[in-house]
Amino acid sequence: MKKSMAAFHYIVWMVIFTVVPMLLILGYSLIEVTDNGVIHLTLDYIRKCFEPIYLQIIAFSFYTAILCTALCLVIGYPIAIILAGDSFKHKNTLIFLLLAPMWMNFLLRTYSWLTLLERNGLINRLLTLLGLPNHSILYTTGSVMLGMVYNFLPFMILPIYSVVSKIDSNLIEAANDLGASKWNIFRKITLPMSIQGVFSGIVMVFMPAVTTFVITRLLGGGQKEMIGNVIEQQFIVSGDWSFGSALSALLMVVILVCISFSNRKGTAEKGERGALI
Amino acid sequence: MLKKAYVYIVFIFLYAPIVILALYSFNDARSRGSWGGFTLKWYVALLNDKSIIQALITTIAVALIASIIATVIGTFAALGIYFMSQKARNWVMNITYIPVLNPDIVTGVSLMLLFIFMRIPAGFMTLVLAHITFNVPYVILSVMPKLNQLNPHLFEASEDLGASMIYTFFRVILPEIRAGIVTGFLLAVTLSIDDFVVSFFTKGAGVNTLSVLIYAMARKNVSPAINALSTVMFVIVLLMLIIVNKRTKNEEILN
Amino acid sequence: MKKSVILLTVAALCLSLFGCGDQREVLKVYNVGMYIDKSTIDDFEKEYDIRVVYDEFNTNEEMYVKIAHNENAYDIVVPSDYTIDRLIQEDRLAKINKENIPNFEFIAPEYVSPEYDPGNDYVVPYMVGTLGILYNTTLVEEPVDSWYALWDERYKGQIFMWDSMRDVIGPTLKMHGFSMNSEDDSQLAVVKERLIAQKPLVQAYVGDEIRDKMIAEEGALALIYSGDAKTAIDENENLAYVIPKEGSNKWLDGFVVLKNTQHLAAAEKFINFMCRPDIAIRNMTETGYTSPIKEAWAEFGDNPVMFPTAEELDNCEPFLYSESATQKYSDIWTEIRATR
Repeated sequence: MKKSMAAFHYIVWMVIFTVVPMLLILGYSLIEVTDNGVIHLTLDYIRKCFEPIYLQIIAFSFYTAILCTALCLVIGYPIAIILAGDSFKHKNTLIFLLLAPMWMNFLLRTYSWLTLLERNGLINRLLTLLGLPNHSILYTTGSVMLGMVYNFLPFMILPIYSVVSKIDSNLIEAANDLGASKWNIFRKITLPMSIQGVFSGIVMVFMPAVTTFVITRLLGGGQKEMIGNVIEQQFIVSGDWSFGSALSALLMVVILVCISFSNRKGTAEKGERGALI
Repeated sequence: MLKKAYVYIVFIFLYAPIVILALYSFNDARSRGSWGGFTLKWYVALLNDKSIIQALITTIAVALIASIIATVIGTFAALGIYFMSQKARNWVMNITYIPVLNPDIVTGVSLMLLFIFMRIPAGFMTLVLAHITFNVPYVILSVMPKLNQLNPHLFEASEDLGASMIYTFFRVILPEIRAGIVTGFLLAVTLSIDDFVVSFFTKGAGVNTLSVLIYAMARKNVSPAINALSTVMFVIVLLMLIIVNKRTKNEEILN
Repeated sequence: MKKSVILLTVAALCLSLFGCGDQREVLKVYNVGMYIDKSTIDDFEKEYDIRVVYDEFNTNEEMYVKIAHNENAYDIVVPSDYTIDRLIQEDRLAKINKENIPNFEFIAPEYVSPEYDPGNDYVVPYMVGTLGILYNTTLVEEPVDSWYALWDERYKGQIFMWDSMRDVIGPTLKMHGFSMNSEDDSQLAVVKERLIAQKPLVQAYVGDEIRDKMIAEEGALALIYSGDAKTAIDENENLAYVIPKEGSNKWLDGFVVLKNTQHLAAAEKFINFMCRPDIAIRNMTETGYTSPIKEAWAEFGDNPVMFPTAEELDNCEPFLYSESATQKYSDIWTEIRATR
């Protein structure tokens, strides 16, 4: 028996539960069933995806997700570097505290923002107390962005942290001894070595951000819909599975292309989400 | 100093909604807007709410069953992939990345289509199958790095000494990659508990996970009993993390 | 550590799969969320020794997708008019034997024999009501009597709409004097433009949380169902409900039994039980909605929200189903939602 046969069950599993479903999605997006039950091929649904209104929504989704990823990077990168450094004694505890909210239901976490953001919510009450004017915060692009950054920030911090904390401290000491400035140490050692973590972080934040339909629903109030909402609507409301599948297939292709592109650019095979661990 | 302040601010941002939830679980008024005094009645209501308890049990059952199966499949898969030729290995790893990189919504929808296509009635089973599917790749990705760190001669040595393949696996390989397996399992449990999208599309009648239940509630009004539940859950998670943390520290000292 | 994990799993499995391992007949009911006094189900289980698996949905559309692709998922569902109409047209329902439902006689005559099911072969009404506007009298100065109030620039950012295509498109059709079931392309084009123009004024398109939002005075005007309006007014006396003068939707949610059921007799017992006046009173009290069981009405006086006048009802029409119209509506709806 060959040792590689240990993966046999897994391969069978993946073919049934990953490859076949993908083909089904493609299939659904390419067929049309007419009233008398005849099935024929059509490109109508794929074509429909390219109507301006949907292209606009796809563009908006990517724009929002890119903005969210950038914000997470800007906020999260310093956190990861600080945590990996020696400012804090109980580093492990802090990492645990960073992880702990992820064990709570993400819907609940998102939902509780409603209480804070509502017109008569806590933030506005605080503003009133301070004599400042009220703002409508909920159901805006801002509230959606807040919810996304809030939910996905740990996915940016953790991979960067895990890569940076593995940097050999001798390296930094040596640089120090040789008279390198702090800025130079960062620029020449920490930054290049953290790049892999940054790449993983970007992928891990961008992916869920571009397709979310829950955050936009709860905090966007149907006003700031993204591509995930349109897909959900096709399956749950309109019952137009072919169009829903076509949109899903398109999304899948766009994302896989982006990923393989960024893969070629930087990340090594084993990086990606493995770096979370 | 500045560094610390920055970290604290981010942690406040992460914990603010959780603290709010916990506070409101003691709120006597039903609506979120007002404070009606201290009460424990939502904790009592929680114990009496059949649908919440049922959803909690389903969530835990699905998470544990799916994670255990995924861990077993994933560990063996990683082992198999480790021994593959470079070309086969690339192929399999590419497929492994599909569920990881695919948007949740596509995974959920495609699995729903599959179950309908195969005429498997949606229910507890489909939920478990779906969760295993998105969990396995994470287990593989946790175990692979540990395998790659193994001394490649370990196998040969063990076999030369006359150990059977099974003996080699359990006595030689397993202890070496244990840490990877445990991380993979924990990761799988976490993802499973937190999943909403895939469960939403693959669940069947009468089978609710907490996420699905909360989503349904969030569109009406979330019962304050849910606040109570999340407070309890959070305290348990925190306690668990503290215990694990203490233990690893003790081990470190012992070593 | 490992052992305890395995033990836990086994325990959880047993609880979830076999914990309810009793021999009772199982009846699967699929109803709208928060739409019943759950203790009535317990009472039914005790009285008839039948176990009820009770599941909830948010919208008719969501429910339809679930039952259309999984025909054995439920025995009884509680859809609204147009979905009942659709299920009948698509031959998905079992005929109900009214002899097994003696309590049918308590149903008020105006709610018997809806136009999609004359003779009530398939549906037994559960709740009835209207669609209207709930407004906050401290925020909206003059009394509201028209759908146009939802397009009033003065209330920008203070308007809530339903996240439901029929409930949004219907009133807009009515506002222009068209039928709520219009399929006319030019009429629908007018409506689409109207709704897109309204979007900047709307704070959010939401579901049942509208009620709590209005109670908490998060908005000034909202599209709402009569039952939610009644509950909201009970909690906040600044609120008022109106059925606009252009006319509106009168709706009926009813019990139907799915064709593939193995439990028709049990289903009929359940439906009959729910039509009992004392049970109807409990459900009305809990939900704020109006049961068509006339015997139950006295309990609630002459609440104008719960019991609209005959003239008001005459001015209203039910939503009906047509495949071509649904396709048009969902295209419009997708476009409205996608526009920014």
